[in-house]
Amino acid sequence: MKEKQTAAARTAIKRDNPLAGLINRLYIIFDNKKIRYSVLAIAVAVLLYLPMITSLYFMEVMTNVWFNVTVCLGLNIIVGFAGLLSLGYAAFFAVGAYTTGILISHYGVSFWLTLPVSVLMAIIAGLAIGAPTLKLRSDYLAIVTLGFGEIIRLAARNLQITGRATGLVGIDRPVLFGMTLYKINHFYYAFLLVAILAIFVSYRLQDSRLGRAWKCIREDEDAAEAMGINVVAVRLYAFVIGSVFGAVAGSFMAVKMTAISPESFLFTQSVMILLAVVLGGMGKIPGVILGAFAIVVFPEVFRGIGEYRMLIFGLLLLVLMIYRPQGLWPERHT
Amino acid sequence: MSFREIIIQQLFNGLLLGSFYGLVALGYSMVYGIIKLLNFAHADIYMVGGFCSLSLLAFFGGTFFGNGWLGIIAAMLITMIIVGLLGVLIERIAYRPLRDAPRLSLLITALGVSMILYNSVMVITGGEYKAYKTGLGFEGFSLGSVHVTYTQAILIVAAVSLMFVLHLFITRTMYGKAMRAISMDLDCCRLMGVNVNKIIALTFFVGSALAASAGMMAGVYYGSLHFFMGFVIGIKAFTSAVIGGIGVIPGAMLGGVLLGLLESFGTQIPFIGSEWKDVFSFSILILILIFKPTGLLGKKESERM
Repeated sequence: MKEKQTAAARTAIKRDNPLAGLINRLYIIFDNKKIRYSVLAIAVAVLLYLPMITSLYFMEVMTNVWFNVTVCLGLNIIVGFAGLLSLGYAAFFAVGAYTTGILISHYGVSFWLTLPVSVLMAIIAGLAIGAPTLKLRSDYLAIVTLGFGEIIRLAARNLQITGRATGLVGIDRPVLFGMTLYKINHFYYAFLLVAILAIFVSYRLQDSRLGRAWKCIREDEDAAEAMGINVVAVRLYAFVIGSVFGAVAGSFMAVKMTAISPESFLFTQSVMILLAVVLGGMGKIPGVILGAFAIVVFPEVFRGIGEYRMLIFGLLLLVLMIYRPQGLWPERHT
Repeated sequence: MSFREIIIQQLFNGLLLGSFYGLVALGYSMVYGIIKLLNFAHADIYMVGGFCSLSLLAFFGGTFFGNGWLGIIAAMLITMIIVGLLGVLIERIAYRPLRDAPRLSLLITALGVSMILYNSVMVITGGEYKAYKTGLGFEGFSLGSVHVTYTQAILIVAAVSLMFVLHLFITRTMYGKAMRAISMDLDCCRLMGVNVNKIIALTFFVGSALAASAGMMAGVYYGSLHFFMGFVIGIKAFTSAVIGGIGVIPGAMLGGVLLGLLESFGTQIPFIGSEWKDVFSFSILILILIFKPTGLLGKKESERM
């Protein structure tokens, strides 16, 4: 009964949309839990079965998609949930990638043991960037995160331990139960697993006490503070959790590529992730996943555009902000 | 080189660098003061200015009525007008429709404009460095064993005079007064009969023209241009604007010169080689934003963003 009511409420919101009928019919169908879970199960089964039937190229693209889904969901926690504009997100997966890379290639640590270290480093990085800056205004925060992103990249380029401009090469492949992961299909499953974990954690966070606090601060900081929310602490959580997502994805990327260089963590990389989050719809998890798909698949489909890619993305960002600032699949406000 | 000569050399480098930063910072500061927008595209306007002047110089054949200096001055003025109009166009298309939108949307739009500008230039130039050839020689005068070319000296003089003209414009003219009024209260100005849209467009024109002149000067000074050259100077110019107090016009100039000097002397400190130069200035930015976000000349802001 309750589910029918929510569907009816959604009908009222969507009346001006020409596709309202279809969308509402879909909502009514998906409000049924059995249908929803069976569709989800089929989708996961298809994704698990994909490597058996498709080409290596397709697998490479899909692996990239799952990597982007993970980092976009991480940035979504910072930008979408907590409403903090971060322009240096690439720094966080640089932290993860370099931690794993250094531990494996300099100290010969097993990949799986580097993961907790990389998470720890991400927490430290998130605290270091977040703690002093989160009281700043939104545009100052944007420029500070940009500055931190560049500092981390430049430090990686200048330090001996990170291999300077050439970066780290020949990072050993991870071994799982005596099997070395080296095929693209292995990494497809690894990244799929990480992405599913990220989606799950994002959903659990979204409706948690913390998630509601983030949304509350995003909508009205003063009101949130008056309600007894510790604004700085809650924002710090967003920063730290977001950076952990990025670092884990970065660690996996380091062993998949077996080589990392400072050029993988350019400002444009941070902007692309932000674009995906904004394109899909800030704060809406399926929207962000859609955005991550779009930024990977779009340049692959339109191979010919080559160097025009970023130009088109820039135009897209502009048009989107003017005509549909809420993104393709926005969060619903009630 | 002796210690004293190093000081003179670095002082000179710092002043020159600082006047570029100052010219770009003025645009950030003016736009921020008037519509509270951090205009990410401003750094790319600077870069477009460099390329625009390069094409004009090539079009003139480096001279104007057979005179090298006249050619450069003409190219500079035309560049400033063209790029100024580009700034107005950007404001009209990208920022005006979003003036009442959330700040996050406006920032992301500015990022989009920045991407469009530098990628357009990248596509046009093929992503390569372009040599910036002028007919100017390396003659100059010497201070001790420090050689200063006339070009370098003139660049400093030109930058300072542009800043001075801007200062007069802001403090002595009706338009300047309108700009200062809008930065205090936009809605109230509208009620008082100020044509707010026109003044904001004018602000973008002036800011972009100054950045374009800085772009051209950088081309003359460094002798080459690159489509991504705006990025680093953009952050540094923003740092300058923040050091001086964002929204305060003399603050932007002061901040620019201070940052230029800090940077050129900072690289002389042992253990901080020139490869850490950018890290040094970004750290200054972060420290200032954390400890004194109002800057040196800025007034205490009571409004909440």
